[in-house]
Amino acid sequence: MDITLQNVVFIIVAIFISVFSVLTVTTKKIMRSVTYLLFVLLGTAAIYFLLGYTFLGAVQIMVYAGGVVVLLVFSIFLTKADENLNIGIKIKKVLPILLTVLIGGGLIFFIIFTHNFLPMASTDAIEELNMKTIGFALVGGGKNQYILPFEAIGVLLLACIIGGLLIARKR
Amino acid sequence: MFDFSVVSSWIHQFLTSVMPEGLAIFLECLVVGVCILAAYAVIAMILIYMERKICAWFQCRIGPDRVGKFGLLQLFADVIKMLIKEIVELKNTDKFLHALAPYIVILSSILAFACLPINKGMEILDFNIGVVFLVAVSSLGVIGILLAGWSSNSKYTMIGAMRSGAQIISYELSIGMCLLAVAIFTGTLQFSEIVAFQADGWLIFKGHIPAVIAFIVYLIAGNAETNRGPFDMPEAESELTAGYHTEYSGMHFGFFYLSEYLNMFIIAGVAATIFLGGWMPLHISGLEGFNAIMDYIPGFVWFFGKAFFVVFLLMWMRWTFVRLRIDQLLKFEWKILLPIGLFNLVLMILVVVFKLHF
Repeated sequence: MDITLQNVVFIIVAIFISVFSVLTVTTKKIMRSVTYLLFVLLGTAAIYFLLGYTFLGAVQIMVYAGGVVVLLVFSIFLTKADENLNIGIKIKKVLPILLTVLIGGGLIFFIIFTHNFLPMASTDAIEELNMKTIGFALVGGGKNQYILPFEAIGVLLLACIIGGLLIARKR
Repeated sequence: MFDFSVVSSWIHQFLTSVMPEGLAIFLECLVVGVCILAAYAVIAMILIYMERKICAWFQCRIGPDRVGKFGLLQLFADVIKMLIKEIVELKNTDKFLHALAPYIVILSSILAFACLPINKGMEILDFNIGVVFLVAVSSLGVIGILLAGWSSNSKYTMIGAMRSGAQIISYELSIGMCLLAVAIFTGTLQFSEIVAFQADGWLIFKGHIPAVIAFIVYLIAGNAETNRGPFDMPEAESELTAGYHTEYSGMHFGFFYLSEYLNMFIIAGVAATIFLGGWMPLHISGLEGFNAIMDYIPGFVWFFGKAFFVVFLLMWMRWTFVRLRIDQLLKFEWKILLPIGLFNLVLMILVVVFKLHF
């Protein structure tokens, strides 16, 4: 197997994501945790860009890095959270935690080792997915098109907005 | 018309003839990165000089004129001063986040800067979804500002960061509406195609009423997005000393300063690209001789000319209007600017559907 630039970049990004994922849950400060989470999300976006899914990458940055992380930071600001997270593991909880880790890890490794990865035809042939294709797939009514989920999510978001307004309304 | 892709493809061929392709691409990326950083710094210096001179002009002063001819060397003196200043460490703060925040701000602004098409064949990041990418990466900067305000552990910076966050998130919507209107009109999100679409007339002429409304709304929202007056609440110096970057010093402060000016240039550059034709020369259909003469002026001259013209408009706004209050600012966005943007979107759709454009 010859190592291409694509592989090198992938390995760098993968290590970046793994390191910051671990740091996100092990750090003791809530603000640092959010920052590491931001790096993990950016790394995921980098993987999408590497695969040529630029739309997905941009949406990942916009929704997660620009939206969810900002929301998290704002809620930390407004709730005056305890700066240091002191999460000690109690004896009673050791067994459930161990069980969860084992099952989760086992599942992931099972999927990784039994999955048939498609061999990449050519590393240069990765094409950018056209925006028009995505647009037509999203709001088209034909086969393999997603108008119904799109509309359903739209109604859900409208309900969220109205609910938020009702809660924030001054009486 | 000078096409830069001739040069870039020649460099690529030369490099691939002496080394493997992966290494060649890596080297090219490195060179392009250095070029972006150099252009970033040079443009920021030009903007700072321009701001000082224009501010002085609006206030009937002379402005910097002691260091060098017309005060031209003042900039270099300032840059050297900034570089050799000590970076102060604060007690009882999260030092890692405090040091990280300026880099997040500058990263977002460099990524957005790389999207701008400067000349024909000189697009650095030219995705199919260029506009979406630009909006996405420019929304990253707010995290840096919030982190800077929080990690300085001071009330001034905290309030400044909160104001800034609320302001940037609100005004992003208006910018999105304007860009969406343009995307509807041109039918593409790719910057190079948006520019190519304007070959027979700039969008502000082709799209007439909705395009002009979008342009004005974009300028107002863009000024707010960069935290500049009359929307400079986050750093209102009479209330908050300097807002979110009060506790920064040396080059860390310099990064905030640079990114503020460059964000203004990016707003201006995007406005120039999508409304005023980017590197596309002024073409009037029917006057072939005139068009041919205009084609002799290289594209980057057109681009920078238009971008600096929009920068001048933004500075005009900054030095003419007085500062708003934070509640007035948010009310202005949500109750006036956003409805106008939505209405303009509908108007643009009507214009496109009934082919009322030129």
